[in-house]
Amino acid sequence: MYNASDLKKGLKIQIEEEPYVIIEFQFSKPGKGQALYRCKLRNMISGVIIDRTYRSGDTFRPADLEERKMQYLYNQDDEFWFMDLENYEQVALSADQVGDARNYMMDNLEVDILLFEGRAIGITLPNFVNLEVTRADPWAKGDSVAGDTKPVTLETGYELRVPPFVEEGDRITVDTRTGEYVTRVKQ
Amino acid sequence: MSPGSNNRAPATEALRLRARRPYLLLRARLIQALRSFFEERGYLEVETPHLVREVAPEAHIEPVAADGGLLHTSPELCMKRLLAAGYSRIFQVARCFRKGERGSLHLQEFTLLEWYRAEADYRDMMEECELLMRFVCRRLGLGEQFRYRDRPVDLRGPWERISVSEAFERWAEVSAQEAVERGLFDDFMVDRIEPRLKGESPVFLYDYPAPLAALARLKPGASHLAERFELYVGGVELANAFSELKDPAEQERRFRKERRARETAGRMDYGLPRKFLRALDAMPDAAGIALGVDRLAMILADRGCIDDVVTFTPDDL
Repeated sequence: MYNASDLKKGLKIQIEEEPYVIIEFQFSKPGKGQALYRCKLRNMISGVIIDRTYRSGDTFRPADLEERKMQYLYNQDDEFWFMDLENYEQVALSADQVGDARNYMMDNLEVDILLFEGRAIGITLPNFVNLEVTRADPWAKGDSVAGDTKPVTLETGYELRVPPFVEEGDRITVDTRTGEYVTRVKQ
Repeated sequence: MSPGSNNRAPATEALRLRARRPYLLLRARLIQALRSFFEERGYLEVETPHLVREVAPEAHIEPVAADGGLLHTSPELCMKRLLAAGYSRIFQVARCFRKGERGSLHLQEFTLLEWYRAEADYRDMMEECELLMRFVCRRLGLGEQFRYRDRPVDLRGPWERISVSEAFERWAEVSAQEAVERGLFDDFMVDRIEPRLKGESPVFLYDYPAPLAALARLKPGASHLAERFELYVGGVELANAFSELKDPAEQERRFRKERRARETAGRMDYGLPRKFLRALDAMPDAAGIALGVDRLAMILADRGCIDDVVTFTPDDL
């Protein structure tokens, strides 16, 4: 259990059976008065943000969260399935929960899946993934000045802009945090 | 700088401490100026022990235990014992300890300036606050007008005075009395009242509901109020003052009430401060005040967080 004095930005606690992370925290204590612990919390499942004021003596259950290495299997009916690499159990995330990460979902990709009481609620990608370019228009010399970019489509269906020398069939590294091209992978 | 950030590398620590130098310099000069002010006005500087056997039981102030005793939460009890022994004008700059208090305006270990004056009441203390602030600001070369967090502060008096009931009437949905009864006084203070106290003039918020001032004298002719004020400068709560209660029987009743509140909240019972209560019998009419030195340094250095005006916070140790 946590006490009110443990509250701080980033702490994850459980409120009414759901996990929340404190995103803003303020301690106030008007002269001779009681301590007020003001928190802005984000529901880690729904994303809904709430305000709460706690007092000395309040206690909190730590959110029962665990992150596990899993491998992406397939997607079906808007559900993305992953397999735990240790115990081979399979879990699913909804398309909403996967969000933009779907741009990088290729078979066998290793990701961190966040579990709340054993239930999958979120995903963390590796910072960099390598993906194959499945469609790229040939670069027409003189189309534009050097340093320009052209659009390509990757094996996952993700479209992004890359330097002109990238060709169909190349593998490129993408930064999953920004969604941007990093480099061409030497084959 | 947000409170509580830690895990700093050593090189970052040296940078942080060096960047703090102008504020630490201002802090040192501030403390010298405070001493000069009281010296000029005939006050005696005293030092009372930090490690004590008795503290005033207060519902919401938690002492730190140390070596079979307690670290004082303020030097109030010892200073009143000195008053009772005939020291009629005394001041102290003391490190105080209050468990669990940590935020942008709070440190568990902090510096209080307390001063006591016989034959004075809280209105005299208001006047003395004004003189003190103008004195130190002149001494530090800030003048009587400066900016705090992009807002002007004007120390030329007289400063604004608002009673607590007036403030609740103006800015809260309930009366002060009702807020106390519903246990929401502090919530209204933080949400509705304090944000209104950021005007140019410092503000004395005065005459608190009697249950919120265990060591203050009740207001003659209005026994539901206590002669207590809080001083706000630039919206920051800076000092708390009382016309001191000097009736030992009444003081004991108030302490017992605070102890019951502590018991209900499941807090530790420290017993009654017997030596203090015995001394109180001989205490003259007096007023006393505690002013947060770290907060004053923070305001004068125009910083938003108390961390910036101390060398090390608990998180840096």
